[in-house]
Amino acid sequence: MSRVEVFENPIDAVSDIADGSTVLCGGFGGAGYPSNLIQALAARRVRELTVVANNAGHAPLFEYGGVRKVVCSYPLGPTSKAFLEVLEKGDAELELEPQGTLVERIRAGGAGLGGFLTQVGIGSELADGKRTIEVDSKTYLICTPIQGQFALIKAWKADRFGNLIYRHAARNFNPVMATAAKTVIAEVTEIVDGCLDPGSVHTPGVFVDRMVEVKS
Amino acid sequence: MESLLEVNAWSLEELGAKVAEDVPEGWLVNVGIGMPQIAVAPLTARGVILHSENGIIGLGPPPLTSEEDDDLIDAGKGYATILPGGSFIDSVTSFSLIRSGRLDLALMGAYQVSAEGDLANWRLKGKKIAGIGGAADLAFGARRVWIITTLFANDGASKMVPSCQHPLTAPKVVSRIYTEYGIFEPAGNKFSIIELANGVDEEMLLQRGVPLK
Repeated sequence: MSRVEVFENPIDAVSDIADGSTVLCGGFGGAGYPSNLIQALAARRVRELTVVANNAGHAPLFEYGGVRKVVCSYPLGPTSKAFLEVLEKGDAELELEPQGTLVERIRAGGAGLGGFLTQVGIGSELADGKRTIEVDSKTYLICTPIQGQFALIKAWKADRFGNLIYRHAARNFNPVMATAAKTVIAEVTEIVDGCLDPGSVHTPGVFVDRMVEVKS
Repeated sequence: MESLLEVNAWSLEELGAKVAEDVPEGWLVNVGIGMPQIAVAPLTARGVILHSENGIIGLGPPPLTSEEDDDLIDAGKGYATILPGGSFIDSVTSFSLIRSGRLDLALMGAYQVSAEGDLANWRLKGKKIAGIGGAADLAFGARRVWIITTLFANDGASKMVPSCQHPLTAPKVVSRIYTEYGIFEPAGNKFSIIELANGVDEEMLLQRGVPLK
C-alpha cells in the first residue's frame, strides 16, 4: 500500500522543482525547518520561487537571488538578514499576513475550500487590499486559499508508508503544509522498521509523496 | 529599570508579580515576546496555564542550559519547557484556539495604547518592514488583552496616548496596562488609575504627558 518514494539524498528529492514554483516551507524558526531540503534547492540554483513560510529565514535561497516573493508573518530576526537585504534592493516582494491568517489560508488550500472569513486585521492596515463581507451584522475580511506546487516539511519519525510523527514544538506549520501542495517532500530524522502506531500518526502517509532520511 | 520620574518605580520582578496576582488560577494565558516575559515564572507558579502560539499548551519556564532542545522553543524562539499535563499542537489548532476566544488573556507589549484601548505593537510609524507574527490574532481573539510595558518610550513620550500614531495591531482591545509606575485602564478619551507605585502621584504623570482622567 506504500505510495511514497524514498530518496537517498535531498538533492534528488527536489530535482524537479522548477523555476517559478510556489514552495511551502514548514518550520517555526529552526524547529521543524527542513534545512537539508532548502540547502538542496539552493544548490540547484532554482530561481523565481515564491516561498510560503512563517519566517523568512531561507538564507541559502536568498544568497543567489532565488526568491521572487515571500509570503510570511514574521520576516525579522537574525535569520532573516539575507531576505531583508534582497527586499531592500527591490529584488523580492513581501506579502505579510497575520500568522493565524497565513495558517488558515494554507488550511483552506489543503481542505478544498475557496477561502474563509476572519475579523483579524479589521481596523488596521493589515486589512488593506482585502475585500470585506457582512455575516450576521459583523464585518469579516475575505481570505483566499494558498496552495503550493511543492511542500518541504520536516518530521521526526516516518515509516515506509510515509506516515509521519513530528517532535515536540517542531510540528507547527508542517502538518497543514502537507495537505496543501501537489507534491509533498518530507525530510525525516528516522525511517523506522515496521509501522508507526496508527493512532499516533500526525500526518498520514497518503499526504506524503517523497521522503529522505537525514539523521541528526 | 531606569526611573524617568523622581521616584522608585516597581522593579521588573515586582511588576511581574503584580500582573500574576490579578490572574486567577486555571486561566489560559498567552504571554507575548519581550517585557511580558517577566510574568512567566510567577504565572506558572500560580497554576495558570500558558499557551505559546507556535504550538505549546502548558508552557513552563526556560530550561537549564544542559536541557535546551532545538525542538522545544517558544514563540519568541527562545528555549522552553513544557509542564506536566501540557500538549504540543500544530499551528492550525493553536490559532483556532486563539481566534475562538478560548484564551482568557493575552499579555502583550506595546508601542502605544490609546485611551479607547487601541493597540499599536507591531510596526513603528515610518518603518518599512515589520513582522506581525501572531500579534493581531491574539489581540483580536483573546477574551482580554492586558499590556505590560514601560510607561514611556525611549524618547520620553508617554506610550499611553489619546490616539495612536503608530499603525494599529487591533482597535479597542486593551482593557488594562501594567507599567513600572502604575496600573491603568483605558476609559474613553483618557485613562483611569487602578494603582500607583509608592511615591508616584497623578500630578507627576500629568506633567509627563500621560492623559489621565
